[in-house]
Amino acid sequence: MVEDGKIIALADKIEDSADRIIDAEGLWVTPGLIDVHVHLREPGYEYKETIKTGSRAAAKGGFTTICCMPNTNPVIDNEILVEYIKMKAEREALVNVLPIGSITKGQKGEELSNIGKMVEAGICAISEDGKSVENAGLLKKAMKYASMYNIPVLSHCEDKSLAGDGVMNAGEMAQRLGMKGISADSEEVIVARDIILGRSTGVKLHICHISTAGSVQLIKEAKMRGEKVTAEVCPHHFSLTDEAVEGYDANTKMNPPLRSKKDVESIKQALKENIIEIIATDHAPHHIDEKNCEYDKAAFGIVGLETAVALGITHLVEEGVLSPLELIEKMSTNPAKLLGINKGSLETGKIADITLIDPNEEYVIDVNHFESKSKNSPFHGYKVKGRVKYTIVAGKIVLDNGEIVD
Amino acid sequence: MLENKDLLGIRYLSPFEILSIIHTAEKMKLKIDNKKLRENILENYNIVTLFYENSTRTKMSFSMAGKYLGAKVTDLGVATSSVNKGESLIDTGITLDQMGFDIMVIRHSMSGTANLLARNVKASVINAGDGINEHPTQALLDLFTIYEKKKNFQDLKVAIIGDIVHSRVARSNIFGLKKLGAEVVVCGPATLVDKNIECLGAKVTTDIKEALKDADVVMGLRIQLERQKGGLFPDLREYSQTFGVNKELMQYAKEDAILLHPGPVNRGVELTTELIDGEQSLIHEQVKNGVAVRMAIIDLLMERRKKDEVTDTKWPASGSLVQDGWEKRYIG
Repeated sequence: MVEDGKIIALADKIEDSADRIIDAEGLWVTPGLIDVHVHLREPGYEYKETIKTGSRAAAKGGFTTICCMPNTNPVIDNEILVEYIKMKAEREALVNVLPIGSITKGQKGEELSNIGKMVEAGICAISEDGKSVENAGLLKKAMKYASMYNIPVLSHCEDKSLAGDGVMNAGEMAQRLGMKGISADSEEVIVARDIILGRSTGVKLHICHISTAGSVQLIKEAKMRGEKVTAEVCPHHFSLTDEAVEGYDANTKMNPPLRSKKDVESIKQALKENIIEIIATDHAPHHIDEKNCEYDKAAFGIVGLETAVALGITHLVEEGVLSPLELIEKMSTNPAKLLGINKGSLETGKIADITLIDPNEEYVIDVNHFESKSKNSPFHGYKVKGRVKYTIVAGKIVLDNGEIVD
Repeated sequence: MLENKDLLGIRYLSPFEILSIIHTAEKMKLKIDNKKLRENILENYNIVTLFYENSTRTKMSFSMAGKYLGAKVTDLGVATSSVNKGESLIDTGITLDQMGFDIMVIRHSMSGTANLLARNVKASVINAGDGINEHPTQALLDLFTIYEKKKNFQDLKVAIIGDIVHSRVARSNIFGLKKLGAEVVVCGPATLVDKNIECLGAKVTTDIKEALKDADVVMGLRIQLERQKGGLFPDLREYSQTFGVNKELMQYAKEDAILLHPGPVNRGVELTTELIDGEQSLIHEQVKNGVAVRMAIIDLLMERRKKDEVTDTKWPASGSLVQDGWEKRYIG
């Protein structure tokens, strides 16, 4: 039961009367989902997505809180831009939007961004997402600086000199298709580096979108040593392999790329063992013209907010990798813990961010029904199980029986 | 006749299709030498060549092949076209399609580009080389040249020497030779040969003597100078002394081994001049066979097209992805 935006009672059956009663028979009632890795593209790339459309996609996908990456134009590297995003979100967003600041000014890898001022303005983390900070010395300073504010550093792991101009996973499939590969070591080298720097600075290190068995192994070892590192995986990295690239459809192009079957198996195992505690979408909208072109030329990234729950249920719950509760932990409780926000659980007195999911509904994904401005998904025509029915943000129903409420 | 609308890669051809192209090329070759045999079987047909990457011999070869069959061949002249104004490949393709071209021959520096064009046009697309992916007409002319001498592919040993990683010629040849039952060994510096290529059925070695031993066919590949700048090998001197094929090394191959090279050759780098101009070399014959093979491909694709125009059925673009729920099925 919800009143004034807060949960006031939790029970199987509540007799009190209410303005609106949702019949949750057969549905999962979960704490509102939290996505720590989203690209809203505003400011600068409003033709791909805006705070408004991205937040609608989030609501459709069951997310009540999303963290937006700073690789916009201009890059979110000072408090003024953080305030801009917060103001726009306040005005237009259907869900909570938490900005992430960049690590370096303009993401140029040269000088630290105004991290302290951005923390004051309300960033939840810092990240150079889209690339790694190449200069290890500078990254170490950023980590030390961030540890002063106890905010996490979200690390995109990619050594450009190893990834080169690759466009898909380096492996047998790239060989068959005659495509330049992105090797697993281009990711793993930086995962290893950042774990070492995380250890020496004591920062809250979070590894973004891991995609290889080698990265899993590195994180596992760090955890066994008792280091405080966390990791996320994207739904496409446990749902698809590089075999999906057959046909050269650029909607299968993302960074890190779809990996081999062996990597996918290893990632699922890591989800099961809780080596990977967070599922994040890396929602990366791109215009159709940036995708319906030569594969090499096409932009990296796919949209993910509106397919995450279904892919999680289809590939993790249905396949017995995770229990429903574990799935929701990775999509709500654990992200809240990482960010240090008072969300991610259903308790009386808490803000009423709630998601209701029908885990049994089967359907075929149709990108034309997406709320996102962009339709770049490899899952068009894909059969899945599990649909978000209601999304409630601070007591306000923003998704009502599958329909966005304006 | 070919199964698909387009010729995008050897990967999509059946052994039967490859052999039918070779047999058609045998007949076509006669027309090159004998003007009386030329019939304008493709009069009123139009071919356009779109070369987004430089080429002399492949473009000229297609042009001559079309002309010998009586078709009209137009070159888009990418450098001077609206491509320079930033027109997308798909838009260029649709524009040419509307003008009624029957065949589009495309060369592009990016892999998969021929597939992209084929998906978007009604014309038959012939891949004249896409990135590091495939160069099917080159491989078919190599196969035709091998066939003329050896008459059989079963258990032939073919050694391909050089920059394998960046070679669409090597890849198309591996697909074709494996389909026809030959054994393929690829050899070059470890930085230019990816061990993963074994998944295509080729054997990998960095020992040139082992590669050449008892080979029936030796194929040299052009080594591109810019690779050295990319740090893939120290310099040309070291390359040619380690992986260049000379007369002494050629002794390791069978006595009746033949020597091929897709050209243009860097004399003294991949092969010595002595070998290029020697008895075992079929490098010049390859050029003529290239025209014959391209005539065969154009003819066979248009045979398909003529039939289609009569029955008015649609056929799917080859190499396109068809999604059927979970399953991603491939045509071709």
